[in-house]
Amino acid sequence: MEVRPGGMSEHALQDRTKEAFQQLAVAELPALYSLARRLVRDGAEDLVQETLLRGYRSFTTLKDQDAAGPWLKSILVNLFRDDLRKRARSVEEFGVDKVDDFSLYRTLITEDPFPYSDTLHDDFLGTFGTHEVREVLLRLPEIYRAPLVLHYMEGWATKEIARMLDVPLGTVLARLHRARKRFESEMWAYANDAGLLAKGAAR
Amino acid sequence: MTGNIIPCFEAVRQLWEYLDNAISPEDQQKVEKHLAFCRTCCGELEFAKELRSFLASGSAEEIPAHVKDRLERFVEGL
Repeated sequence: MEVRPGGMSEHALQDRTKEAFQQLAVAELPALYSLARRLVRDGAEDLVQETLLRGYRSFTTLKDQDAAGPWLKSILVNLFRDDLRKRARSVEEFGVDKVDDFSLYRTLITEDPFPYSDTLHDDFLGTFGTHEVREVLLRLPEIYRAPLVLHYMEGWATKEIARMLDVPLGTVLARLHRARKRFESEMWAYANDAGLLAKGAAR
Repeated sequence: MTGNIIPCFEAVRQLWEYLDNAISPEDQQKVEKHLAFCRTCCGELEFAKELRSFLASGSAEEIPAHVKDRLERFVEGL
């Protein structure tokens, strides 16, 4: 058996590495699962498992163990991106979409869904819980959903997102723009479809 | 200078980038000029701020206990 400087055998070193990874990984499970659930409709658990497997294999490349969370998340996003490419289902929408000029704010003041409310927006946003937000996210094509989740919900910088998704920064910015508009218009559509407005008004 | 006056749709289109400090100083100035006289767009700006913090503070979906157990077993088995 090869003995390393410091008297630790290869095997013991592997055990220690494994243990260190296991500890880090278990602590990150809730955050990884939550990110996966925002990105994919089905298969969030599989995506997390794949992330763990790939993370474990390349664990020795992680220099700063304090950065384990973002590191594992970026592995998860890479896997998501690769899967998206394989399926090539989510296609870029070119040209001016009418959704680009949708304004949830103006829709709210015009439609006035809570007629006796002084806090129209708070009331509207307040009808959306974790479940409802996820449902709205899932209505967005993945290429728009991913930058929205990563930037506005997970707090990644647009440059980082461009690197993770392997697209130019300009593309990320353009997709983010459309993603916001899509999100606003899908929020309105979802609120109508799910009867949230009636429930909110009755409160 | 009338050249610096932009219509609502142009101001609205740039509001989030404006909040992100992601537009050029000239565009920033144009947006600010517009906001100085347009109440509706000020409302848009406030709403954009609310929506941003709503997204940022959105509670993460909790991991169900049985899924957590399964994933922990998966990690142990690595």
